[in-house]
Amino acid sequence: MITVNHYLVLSAILFALGTFGVLTRRNAIVIFMCIELMLNAVNLSFIALSHHLGNLDGQIFVFFVMTVAAAEAAVGLALMITFFRNRESIEVDDISMLKW
Amino acid sequence: MENLVQLAMQNVNFAAIMPSLVLCCFGMAILLINVFMPRGKTTSASLISIIALLVTAVVSLQGWNNPQFGFAGHVALDNFATFFNMTFLLAAGLTILMSDDYLRREGYPIGEYYPLILFSTAGAMWMASGTDLMTIFLGLEVLSISLYILAGMFRHQLQSNEAGLKYFLLGAFSTGFLLYGIALLYGVAGTTNVADIGLYLSAHPAMIGNPMTVAGMLLMSIGFLFKIAAAPFHMWTPDVYQGAPTPVTAFMSAGPKAAAFAALMRIFILGLAGLQSEWTSLLWGLAILTMIIGNVTAIYQTNLKRMLAYSSIAHAGYALVGLVAANAVGVSGILFYMLAYTFMNLGAFAVLVLAGKKGEENLTLEGFSGFGFKRPFLGVAMTIFLLSLMGIPPTAGFAGKFYIFAGAIKSGYIWLAIIGVLNSAVSLYYYLRVIVYMYFKDPQEDYSWVSMHTGAVVSIVIAIVGVLYLGIIPGKIMEMAKLAIF
Amino acid sequence: MLDSYLPIIVLIVIALAFAVGTIVMSHLIGHRKPSAVKLAPYECGMPLVGSARERLSIKFYIIAMLFIVFDIEAVFLYPWAVVFKRLGMFGFAEMGVFIFILLVGYVYVWKKGALEWE
Repeated sequence: MITVNHYLVLSAILFALGTFGVLTRRNAIVIFMCIELMLNAVNLSFIALSHHLGNLDGQIFVFFVMTVAAAEAAVGLALMITFFRNRESIEVDDISMLKW
Repeated sequence: MENLVQLAMQNVNFAAIMPSLVLCCFGMAILLINVFMPRGKTTSASLISIIALLVTAVVSLQGWNNPQFGFAGHVALDNFATFFNMTFLLAAGLTILMSDDYLRREGYPIGEYYPLILFSTAGAMWMASGTDLMTIFLGLEVLSISLYILAGMFRHQLQSNEAGLKYFLLGAFSTGFLLYGIALLYGVAGTTNVADIGLYLSAHPAMIGNPMTVAGMLLMSIGFLFKIAAAPFHMWTPDVYQGAPTPVTAFMSAGPKAAAFAALMRIFILGLAGLQSEWTSLLWGLAILTMIIGNVTAIYQTNLKRMLAYSSIAHAGYALVGLVAANAVGVSGILFYMLAYTFMNLGAFAVLVLAGKKGEENLTLEGFSGFGFKRPFLGVAMTIFLLSLMGIPPTAGFAGKFYIFAGAIKSGYIWLAIIGVLNSAVSLYYYLRVIVYMYFKDPQEDYSWVSMHTGAVVSIVIAIVGVLYLGIIPGKIMEMAKLAIF
Repeated sequence: MLDSYLPIIVLIVIALAFAVGTIVMSHLIGHRKPSAVKLAPYECGMPLVGSARERLSIKFYIIAMLFIVFDIEAVFLYPWAVVFKRLGMFGFAEMGVFIFILLVGYVYVWKKGALEWE
């Protein structure tokens, strides 16, 4: 029997994978994909909890998270394109003009 | 089902969201006006934006002592929200005033700049008036996404590109943590409404120690502490502040910080009051860390924008002290401090906007040698703002720090207050150094490129008046701040 | 509960076994005479023209970005459509406002020339 705990554990694993990817990857687009993985892991949690609690708030939240993620993706890709045009690279190690 | 619709309709209360509604309508109108105007004509857009902010201020003040609730407990235009709305509008107004000539000088007279400032202000308002984690999250994202674009707006300048991309990647990363925290709290309490979470936790004290609740609280704090620029989530601040267009940096240092404080206060004090001992001990450590990192690192900076970035980290630390104290003086002290910080920091940035050459390579300590005598008005203004940032009476910065540290002492955090005062003493060094360069070094340049643009001068004058008013007669605003807290 | 998934699992196992089996068998007993044409990514069809790693026109990115933003409105339209009758005029007006906001964005994009291909 698959319970809400299974979903939450899966979601935690996906979230951790996303976090790990953000911290280890060097390509801005891959980093962004890892961030999307984190957001979708959260969405999974929301839906599982919403079903478990019998309360629709969580599912509505997922709608908003999806919209926000889409807006973020559009803005992020635009920023990456302008960066690429000027720098011919999208590796985060090249984001180095300003010292960390 | 029928009465569900009726219930939804009864809950609609446009008065509660009117300020942000007005702002968004103006924003969209300016967006459309821009496309039908010839490129480079942005003065009308900036004027309409100022009008938009004034109208919004009038609308928002309707909520003072006349709280409006609506949308099934998602939004509340109460005193707290109104006070913060005024801070955001002030930050946006000063920013827009100093922007027009700056954008033309740097060669980016982009009309979209103004709607983006208005939209991010609207986002900040949702964060302050949101009483549901959903609204607060949406506000945070509207605020952030507009700021990502603004930070990277100078698209042929590598610095600005980098600032935008860095802010975007790290901001989105922190949003992930924020959301995960919200999801866990939702799982615990079965609701995303801040007040209902508070009710649930007081009715079920056993859940307070539950790892899921604590983890949710911690993860959610990360998202807000990132926006506040509290250590150890401050890494983005210096780079983004340095790379972004200067007026955007000015806005970023005041608006989002205040908005994140507003959301954090509402959530911690109303929603997570049950976990107070947990979050006080967390913020206690972070406040000290933030103050020390900000002040000590600022000493080593030669670029003024970067120095002000570290100073803004330090100021986030001072304000966190008020939240640790969590009593009436401390919390209303934060409201006061955010307003005071908006005046002094935007004023300082407005001086930088005027003092910079195209490309802003000269905004360094050396670049300010003898500036005070060559440009007396700007020199005096900068001195006033720096004294206020140090916390010297009779300026706004002193009054703000006084209230916050008084709150900390009242709650028994004497050591925290002492560390805060010691940090202020450290900060004297790097702020005074700027004044020393301005008045005690021989000028290398005649600063002939500095022209006194009306907008920026007006914003400097407003900031001076604000800093002195809040410093000399802080009582009235402090009374209002006390009325504004829960 | 999980019993109902048994046929699907069986199907997956058969499909996997068939696919893996085919590849392994052809690897083991097939003849290999590699030539440039055979090693090309598409052995049958058009002859290759240039490298696959060409840079694409920036237009594609802009269209893709616009698509993401305008596509996501469907997320809100679907739940609204399901309860459309019950929401009545109020829901219709609210959705009208929502579409109007998108329309402002659309007019902006159009006037900025982001939709022009050449």
